[in-house]
Amino acid sequence: MNFLIGAFKPACNISITFSDGKSRKQVPMKKENGKTIMVSLFQSKESIAGKVSIEPLQGKKIEHLGVKVELLGQIEMYFDRGNFYDFTSLVRELDVPGDIYERKTYPFEFSTVEMPYETYNGANLRLRYVLKVTVSRNYGGSIVEYQDFIVRNYSPPPSINNSIKMEVGIEDCLHIEFEYNKSKYHLKDVIIGKIYFLLVRIKIKNMDLEIRRRESTGSGANTHVETETLAKFELMDGAPVRGESIPIRLFLSPYELTPTYRNINNKFSVKYYLNLVLVDEEDRRYFKQQEIAIYRQQDS
Amino acid sequence: MLNGTEDEEKWLAEGIAGIQHNAFYMHRALDSNNLREALKYSAQMLSELRTSKLSPHKYYELYMRAFDELKRLELFFKDDSKHGVSVVDLYELVQHAGNILPRLYLLCTVGSIYIKSKEAPAKEVLKDLVEMCRGVQHPIRGLFLRSYLAQISRDKLPDIGSEYEGDADTVMDAVDFVLQNFTEMNKLWVRMQHQGPGGVREKREKERSELQDLVGKNLHVLSQIEGVDLEMYKETVLPRVLEQVVNCKDDLAQYYLMDCIIQVFPDEYHLQTLETLLGACPQLQPTVDVKTVLSRLMDRLSNYAASSADVLPEFLQVEAFSKLSNAIGKVIEAQLDMPAVGAITLYVSLLTFTLRVHPDRLDHVDQVLGACVKKLSNIPKLEDSRAMKQVVALLSAPLEKYNDIVTALTLSNYPRVMDHLDIGTNKLMAMVIIQSIMKNNSCISTADKVEVLFELIKGLIKDIDGADVDELDEEDFKEEQNSVARLIHMLYNDEPEEMLKIICIVRKHTMVGGPKRLPFTVSSLVFSALRAANGCDIEHVAYEFFTQAFLLYEEEIADSKAQVTAIHLIIGTLQRMNVFGVENRDTLTHKATGYSARLLKKADQCRAVYACSHLFWVDDQDGIKDGERVLLCLKRALRIANAAQQMANVARGSGGPVSLFVEILNKYIYFFEKGNKQITSSAIQGLIELINTEMQSDSTNPDSVADAFLASTLRYIQFQKQKGGVMGEKFESIKL
Repeated sequence: MNFLIGAFKPACNISITFSDGKSRKQVPMKKENGKTIMVSLFQSKESIAGKVSIEPLQGKKIEHLGVKVELLGQIEMYFDRGNFYDFTSLVRELDVPGDIYERKTYPFEFSTVEMPYETYNGANLRLRYVLKVTVSRNYGGSIVEYQDFIVRNYSPPPSINNSIKMEVGIEDCLHIEFEYNKSKYHLKDVIIGKIYFLLVRIKIKNMDLEIRRRESTGSGANTHVETETLAKFELMDGAPVRGESIPIRLFLSPYELTPTYRNINNKFSVKYYLNLVLVDEEDRRYFKQQEIAIYRQQDS
Repeated sequence: MLNGTEDEEKWLAEGIAGIQHNAFYMHRALDSNNLREALKYSAQMLSELRTSKLSPHKYYELYMRAFDELKRLELFFKDDSKHGVSVVDLYELVQHAGNILPRLYLLCTVGSIYIKSKEAPAKEVLKDLVEMCRGVQHPIRGLFLRSYLAQISRDKLPDIGSEYEGDADTVMDAVDFVLQNFTEMNKLWVRMQHQGPGGVREKREKERSELQDLVGKNLHVLSQIEGVDLEMYKETVLPRVLEQVVNCKDDLAQYYLMDCIIQVFPDEYHLQTLETLLGACPQLQPTVDVKTVLSRLMDRLSNYAASSADVLPEFLQVEAFSKLSNAIGKVIEAQLDMPAVGAITLYVSLLTFTLRVHPDRLDHVDQVLGACVKKLSNIPKLEDSRAMKQVVALLSAPLEKYNDIVTALTLSNYPRVMDHLDIGTNKLMAMVIIQSIMKNNSCISTADKVEVLFELIKGLIKDIDGADVDELDEEDFKEEQNSVARLIHMLYNDEPEEMLKIICIVRKHTMVGGPKRLPFTVSSLVFSALRAANGCDIEHVAYEFFTQAFLLYEEEIADSKAQVTAIHLIIGTLQRMNVFGVENRDTLTHKATGYSARLLKKADQCRAVYACSHLFWVDDQDGIKDGERVLLCLKRALRIANAAQQMANVARGSGGPVSLFVEILNKYIYFFEKGNKQITSSAIQGLIELINTEMQSDSTNPDSVADAFLASTLRYIQFQKQKGGVMGEKFESIKL
């Protein structure tokens, strides 16, 4: 099989490195093949600089029609396979057409890049940032190399952050009042609250608090909505009586949450909900869903 | 549900297996210091406790397994060199568990280490734990979880003198914590009654009672807190516990908890908070057995009072009696359908209490009896035998306490209580009273008291309307009447005037007794009167009595057996009389001796005559001592005995009653000892020889009784001889 490998082997090795790669924070990223790799982390308006090295295979030369590096921000819809929407596309020409005989290194820099959207890996789509190096050739096809990186944007704590307080119920059956201490939570936040039982005429078995992610893609008739329960956290075991108040304390850190994304590039939204679920002894579910906003707070 | 127990065993076995399985992996994780795995498997292990299938009893078994494992986990958590996580972080980490029950068990476990580490004030952690546990609303699971919390926190309360006490942590926080846990546990426990599958009520109550100590444990913990002094108990602990007890409106819980309060806290506290504690009683559910609760309280206080005289002033200071008395009144008033036995039991306890605490306060005793009368008069007829028993107990208590019926006679309500007894019980009580008088040898010496006494025992004195005469047992009747007869002798006063009053009262009462009773009672009355007459030096009255007695003897008593009895009574009575002058006495003794010698049977004559010898020898200081006439009587008795002997020989060809001789010998010895100069040792010697001759005579039938009588008489003489001294010398000359 060796010859086959030889035959399909690219004519050169291309490597892309970031100039502050050693000091920059690395975060895990799941690849399509399921493997997790560590990649560099950036945020919007950072400069992205580095080097591209092209090293021809032993004793080969590369004739090319030019070398360029692109910084792409892409949205990829899974149900629309192969369809990429580049919402960001920046190009740096690295070389004019010519031949490369030996290892050649090109520095590059995209300064103060606007990257308003965060890297996201969802159920029906992904949003990725990638550096794409293209060695254009006449024949044999162009040689392309990608380097993923991750973008995360931090938000300051919201200036207004009201609690969520609500009284809900089914007439003459169940009346509860619940309260979550905030409407906006950061990713490592903790939800504090309580549920107050005003009227209980059903035999409740237990009560859970769920964190649900609603990812909607497309628009109009083509909207796809995918809802995923990320957390199922039991708040109460057994049946309360009128007047009981049950505490809520849910740490968000164990769950793989992202910030709330609203109408990203008109392509998709990701929203989070707290779903309070009461289950009675006949396994009937009574629930009330409340949207919460999630934001990313700069680690202190 | 037929094989419910079998299923339960199976479920328990499965649960235990689940715990063991996960515990195995947990141990492995602990051994390899793998915190993540340890948390995972411990949570899975604790998930076995989420079962709803087990009865409290079986659930407890499962819980204990998990409990043991948690102790190992706690050791691991405690050693942060093993897992490298600070206790603060650990406290958060365990809260990531998705299921609430395992999460809270782990939280409590870490919480206990958190307190120990002192990285946060103990009260904060305790407060957080007790709050978070609200998430478990299932009664059994909640009770066990909170019991675990109570267990692990017990030695970490910020009590006075505890290492966890500090500026921020005071004993108040400890108390708050325990009270809150107690309140929540009680709510869960009460809820068991109304939740869960609709099973049989008894079964549910049984299951609940299996769990009661989990709830009560909190009160025990409270009582162990050093800082809970009287002040705090009074201001905080008791009001809050009682608030919960009253508000839970559950009879099982109320009964258990009231009892628990009474048992776990010191007597001294009860005494000082009596008003509060008692104030809760009327607020309890009508089905609660308040009487037992109150009885136990009073028993405890009674014992406390009995423990040391030093505490008695406390009782007075807080007016314990009137408070208890009020409380009982209120409870009885509030619980209209409380059976009579309940109310009376309460009064018995109160009475016992006051007898122990205020033995000097007869008014208290009377007050209790009065309250009981009031209650009893609302009941048409007391038919409950248990209630009756309690009334008897109520009436007996003062007798036992004072050992003196005289005290009881001053209680105005005492007879009124007795009125409510049924006839049988009334008699029984009357007998108790008489026995008490006899036992203590108490002399009733005033007419007023005698009047009251007869009021008390009237059941024995006369037929009571409605009494079923047929049912009377002859034996019982005799015993009763004999007791009454004996009682009459206890009514005595040296003052003639008072004594006369007494006699009149006795007469008034006994005369209505009817023909069946009179034979028993009249003689006592007569003797009593005679004694009075004797004592009063009213010779003519006494003489008149005897005259009447002799007249009766002559005219009314024809039956020979009755004559024997009567003559002995006359002799006995006459012997005790010292009121007569020589002349009257001679007349009467002469009469008596004459009657004696004219009895029908020789043996009776003989015995009556030798009994008459005592009429001439009264062994008192100034008693008559006429040795000669004594001897005359004895000789006459001997002659009659001889005659009897001969008659027997003639009539039946066999010997007569040798025992008569032995009896006479005994009289001889009696007077010999008493110093009657007329009775000489040689006379005794001669009599002994005579008896021996009679015994050996062919015609005499062997009589083992007489033999034994003689033998013991001779043994007595022997004994006196050997005793030495004056008596020995006296007997010296008698040869056996």
